[in-house]
Amino acid sequence: MKNIIDIKDLKRHFVMGEETVHALKGISYTIEEGEFVTIMGSSGSGKSTMLNILGCLDQPSSGRYAIDGIAVKDLSRNALAEIRNEKIGFIFQAYNLLPRTTAVENAELPLLYNSSVSSAERRERAIEALTKVGLSERLYHTPSQLSGGQQQRVAIARALVNDPVVILADEATGNLDTRTSYEIMALFQELNAAGKTIVFVTHEPDIAMFSNRTIVLKDGTIIKDSVNDKVLSASGALAAMPKEED
Amino acid sequence: MRILNLLRIAWNAIKLNKMRTFLTMLGIIIGVASVIAMLAIGEGSKESIRKQISSMGSNMITIRPGAGIQGGVRMDPTEMQSLKLADYQALKKDATLLTAISPQVSSSGQSIHGSDNWPTSIYGVTPEYLSIRVLEVTNGSMFTDAEVNAAAKVAVIGQTVVENLFADGENPVGQTIRYNNIPFKVIGVLAEKGENTFGQDQDDVILAPYTTVQKRILAVDYLQSVLASAESEDKALDAVEEVLSIMRKQHNISGNDEDDFNVFSMEELISTFSSTSEMLTVLLVAIASISLLIGGIGIMNIMYVSVKERTREIGLRLAVGGKGSDILIQFLIEAVVISVTGGLIGVVLGVSATVFIEKVLNWPTVITIYSIVLSFAVCAVTGIFFGWYPARKASALDPIVALRYE
Ligand SMILES: Nc1ncnc2c1ncn2[C@@H]1O[C@H](COP(=O)(O)OP(=O)(O)OP(=O)(O)O)[C@@H](O)[C@H]1O
Ligand SMILES: [Mg+2]
Repeated sequence: MKNIIDIKDLKRHFVMGEETVHALKGISYTIEEGEFVTIMGSSGSGKSTMLNILGCLDQPSSGRYAIDGIAVKDLSRNALAEIRNEKIGFIFQAYNLLPRTTAVENAELPLLYNSSVSSAERRERAIEALTKVGLSERLYHTPSQLSGGQQQRVAIARALVNDPVVILADEATGNLDTRTSYEIMALFQELNAAGKTIVFVTHEPDIAMFSNRTIVLKDGTIIKDSVNDKVLSASGALAAMPKEED
Repeated sequence: MRILNLLRIAWNAIKLNKMRTFLTMLGIIIGVASVIAMLAIGEGSKESIRKQISSMGSNMITIRPGAGIQGGVRMDPTEMQSLKLADYQALKKDATLLTAISPQVSSSGQSIHGSDNWPTSIYGVTPEYLSIRVLEVTNGSMFTDAEVNAAAKVAVIGQTVVENLFADGENPVGQTIRYNNIPFKVIGVLAEKGENTFGQDQDDVILAPYTTVQKRILAVDYLQSVLASAESEDKALDAVEEVLSIMRKQHNISGNDEDDFNVFSMEELISTFSSTSEMLTVLLVAIASISLLIGGIGIMNIMYVSVKERTREIGLRLAVGGKGSDILIQFLIEAVVISVTGGLIGVVLGVSATVFIEKVLNWPTVITIYSIVLSFAVCAVTGIFFGWYPARKASALDPIVALRYE
């Protein structure tokens, strides 16, 4: 199996005046193609800092990071933009959709920055991605006309639209209720079953049960890296939940 | 392909934020329109002052017989006979800087019509006198060169004379008046002119062909003075020089010999005019600079704030793979579209406001090309620069920093 993510002794510190915050204190692991990894840890343990570096949104202070075989270290800003555009789908806790913009237009945003995709193909792929996340009925709704779960699905569609090698999600279910979280997790499991590599940051241990592997951070170091051999099915858990009255 | 996408992105962003677009444009529109309107009012006042001063005949040149000495006795200039018809003819033929020229002989006496009579002055001139003195005939017409050659007994009279000789409101044109017992047919009436700067009533005149006044009233063959117009105020001094040299030649005066004539220009009026107009120009430049500065600061603020506000949007665009240059071009396109559209609307609004001021408030206005070009250029460049500059800074941020911007 091919290594999608390969980090070695990754460090990140923030200098704030006199003080230096060591958010990541030397982390190493590899993630192979097709894995579904959750990253857990208490607040402030460095999860977001790490995921931002994986997403090429931030740069490590030291250490090595290669995505899909490409070492990121000395790449130019433009080359990094291309990697974000072609290899990464990033999902934020706060959705980060463009306001007053339809679901389709939000979902196709990454393709607008890829000049090899024609405008017809762009629209087609955005609709395809929105269909995959179950929003084929809401293509022309704007974020304010969608529920939180639906907005996060648009964000997931946006992360899928460029067919990335890895999907990175930072507390993608953090703002959602349990049922909606499970729906989103079922969707991630589906994507993973179809071969997508997923790295998912979360607080909640029950969410971690849906992945194959869990990495636990504490104060910027890995304290546990375990394979989960009893993966729960999110759609099964959903079916077992008592029906809510709408 | 890439630029097409960026145009699409920019256009969507403009449509997406109609209120922000409108407010930004408003700053530019008001900046451009107010500068155009203010400069139009300023230029209008300048122009109307220029007209008022010219209506006093500020480019007029007067040639009179001078303080010559005859047989050791200084003579009263009006009694001197040294200014001849030949001088007038030479000036008319040779002077290149004069636009109009007329001889003048005058006399004062009593004018009579029916039972009314009135003491006034008669001026013997040619038709060109009207343009030199900036006079107009409102009723009837001026006498012609042919009537001058024939020494016809025709007259054009001023309003004061009309009021005193035709008190009953009768139309003077076609009537006959007597001046020093010589009958003149009234063929025209001058437009009212009021008092001049020295308090003289400019309407208390009778104009007649100079030949008629020379022969029938004064019985002389010399001229009392010659009046002429220079092309413009600023050419008046050159014209005076030219007149001097022609006259010296005409009178065979050489070297350091004293002239037997004098040439006057309205130097005082000219210098008053040029200092007034200089002051107005300074005032206008000040008004324009202040308006442009205020307009520019307004545009700068709104552009700067609206781009700053969008730092998170910039962060998102960078996060999904937009390059710094993509972001920059997008914002530049937005700024150009907003600034140029706003500028054009501002020009239209400024011109309309000026027309309104002119038509409804009756203020004199003059719209100049420079005010349009200047205001448009300054506002558009300010708008574009302050749309581009903060975007450049934001697009150089790390995506995560831009995304977290508050
Ligand atoms: N831009 C920054 N400047 C300074 N310190 C930072 C910055 N970003 C993160 N940190 C610090 O790094 C540490 C790790 O933060 P991080 O956001 O990675 O935590 P986290 O594990 O994602 O927490 P949470 O679960 O609350 O999101 C924290 O102590 C935080 O204060
Ligand atoms: Mg976090």
